[in-house]
Amino acid sequence: MQASPLRTILFAGAVCVVCSIFVASSAVALKDRQEENRLLDLRSKVLLVADLAAPGEKLERDRINQLFENNLTARVINLETGEYADDIDPVVFDQRAATQDPARSEIAPANPAKVSRLPDNALIYQLLDGDRVERLILPVQGYGLWSTLYGFVGLSSDLETITGITFYEHGETAGLGGEVDNLNWQALWPGRRAFDDQWVPQIEVIKGVAGPPESDPYRVDGLAGATLTSRGVTNLLRFWLGENGFGPYLDQYRAERGIS
Amino acid sequence: MTKAEREVLLDPLFNNNPIALQVLGICSALAVTTKLSVSIVMSLAVVFVLVGSNVSVSAIRKGLPPSIRIIVELTIIASLVIIADQILKAFVYDIWKQLTVFVGLIITNCIIMGRAEAFAIQNPVRLSFLDAVGNAAGYSLILLVVAFFRELFGTGQLLGFTVLKATKDGGWYEPNGMMVLSPAAFLLIGLFIWVVRWKKPDQIEDEFHLGHLLEPHEVSLLR
Repeated sequence: MQASPLRTILFAGAVCVVCSIFVASSAVALKDRQEENRLLDLRSKVLLVADLAAPGEKLERDRINQLFENNLTARVINLETGEYADDIDPVVFDQRAATQDPARSEIAPANPAKVSRLPDNALIYQLLDGDRVERLILPVQGYGLWSTLYGFVGLSSDLETITGITFYEHGETAGLGGEVDNLNWQALWPGRRAFDDQWVPQIEVIKGVAGPPESDPYRVDGLAGATLTSRGVTNLLRFWLGENGFGPYLDQYRAERGIS
Repeated sequence: MTKAEREVLLDPLFNNNPIALQVLGICSALAVTTKLSVSIVMSLAVVFVLVGSNVSVSAIRKGLPPSIRIIVELTIIASLVIIADQILKAFVYDIWKQLTVFVGLIITNCIIMGRAEAFAIQNPVRLSFLDAVGNAAGYSLILLVVAFFRELFGTGQLLGFTVLKATKDGGWYEPNGMMVLSPAAFLLIGLFIWVVRWKKPDQIEDEFHLGHLLEPHEVSLLR
């Protein structure tokens, strides 16, 4: 039986309308929950890097929020000058959205981490003990093999020692580059040194196995079978810790505290 | 439940398993079976999509203009997959992060389209529902069996709990690295197919001879 063209078109239209109502309502109805999940995931990653949560520990929602809000202070900084930009509310500021907004970002100088745009401002977290900054948690991003990796790196108050690294979003191959999520690999990072005497970022993910942090402070084991993702991690860390990234802020921070 | 209905529901488990006999849906069976928890969620997603698509296609089968049959089926399947993905994102965020790529690929999972085309389009809603449950269960069965062995021997754990204590944690078990890589899924599915066909010899296909494709004089050239 052949349906008439008009009936065919009407039928197709009806299917589209019904399907789109279902899809749209599921997206709208679940949006708040999804957004909350995303935020919780982000916060738990920051807690991990700040060493406030143990790797692999499953925290309840309230515990995550409580730990986060009681211990961490979010600050917006100006990347170029390194000054705090306290006129911007850190709760509202979305660094990734700002990076895409031509009015609030600029084209980045060519760099091996393939960061294409640099936001004017960045959102960092500080772990405070009284007035003293114990740890800095800096957002990092850069290209691996297939995808941009988004994550955080934590620095201790001497600004030299890495306290942790984690990624909350990437599209690397599961089992190879995707092993950036492996907690055993992330456990190799605390205690490594990010900078040499001249405050040039020296941290490197090598091919093969590095020594313990005491004897081999600048190098971290490569991810087996994922040379390009490993190199990507090196590049993105060096970029964000360097002069085009958080360099000016870190310089300022050191000057204020007399770290040389 | 009549005998016919029971057959529609239970046949896809062993007698006519979509993966083991029809060898459909292999791609996701390889990709999501490194961990049991992920496989369980993937199985549930496939149950949801397959039941939804079979029931909807069956419900509209009489008014469905034949010329746009496939695209309508695909629209329904794609919508269900998006909804499944949204639900996972809202309720099991951690697993969603690992699974979202493969959930999207359910759209092209041959089992879903296959059941819509082969069954739901010409059968009433109730039977199509049973057919969907049966086939989704057949798919899930393989996924869970494969994931069980891959997680157990690949990491020494099941659902994240340590079963065989790995040497790196001070235990005795040396995890088999190959188990977490895709080829292990091929081996396990192969073994599963072998066991099923050993128990049910009627599933064994006629042996394939190169000779069938060749003229007699060409066969003699090969010797």
